[in-house]
Amino acid sequence: MSLTQIGPHHYLILAAALFAMGALGVVLRRNALIVLMSIELMLNAVNLTFLTFSRFPLVPRSPMQGGFLSGHAAVFFVIAVAAAEAAVGLAIVIAVFRSRISVNVDEFDSLKH
Amino acid sequence: MAETILFYVFALGVLFAGFQVVWQRNPLHAALSLVAAFFFLAGIYVLLSAHLIAVLQVMVYAGAVMVLFVFVIMLLNLKDEELGQTTFTAWKVIGSSAIVITLAVAGFTIHTTLSKVYVGPVRDLAREQAVGGFGGLKAVGSALYLHSVLPFEITSLLLLVAIVGAVIVAKGKI
Repeated sequence: MSLTQIGPHHYLILAAALFAMGALGVVLRRNALIVLMSIELMLNAVNLTFLTFSRFPLVPRSPMQGGFLSGHAAVFFVIAVAAAEAAVGLAIVIAVFRSRISVNVDEFDSLKH
Repeated sequence: MAETILFYVFALGVLFAGFQVVWQRNPLHAALSLVAAFFFLAGIYVLLSAHLIAVLQVMVYAGAVMVLFVFVIMLLNLKDEELGQTTFTAWKVIGSSAIVITLAVAGFTIHTTLSKVYVGPVRDLAREQAVGGFGGLKAVGSALYLHSVLPFEITSLLLLVAIVGAVIVAKGKI
């Protein structure tokens, strides 16, 4: 790996860093909205990994029928699922906010007791 | 050479904006940083010659998902005191340093593993399949419609369920 010749290593390490940042947000932040945003960051890191391996494949032939571009198809599905997740997640945040007047995830502990 | 410079610009942008998402106290600032992160990521996707996905990223994430986030932030209208103070507890310090250490180990592992796995010249499909329009609308569309028709249709069903579910969950009385 050289610093000037951009290869798969660079993209994958960037994806790992982005995923770690998202994980950090999910673990550290108490605001439910920011937790959801951090989940979006993690999903994007996964997309980046898919696209990297789709462009720089490791195996001579793709095990999928669609060829190596099925990685792009997988990213398409992840984007659709992420949009659905954001919609439902935010709806849950609104519903919880209505009863608790708070978005602090530490206060959402009814299932704990 | 242009690719190298663009990669570092976009990568630093993604990392800085992602850090701001996690760091900002005000959710609106975090949401705007998230828009920036999505735009920089779209640039990275273009560098990976995933043109269709880059356009979708801007349209779906930077457009639709962000509007949803900003709209909910406005709707909740959180007061400054409800946001709480940024606190540093021992667990936070331990957790974040654990994640940073894990990231360092993961980066090192990725590097060593890839150096073993990618032996010889790395195959670059963007160059090999440039004639077929790698990552463009036509190539991805045929991969999607010829070989993943069923998942594609199920996705439409999933979006329908998500729309109905979001309305039912968020609405107090039906």
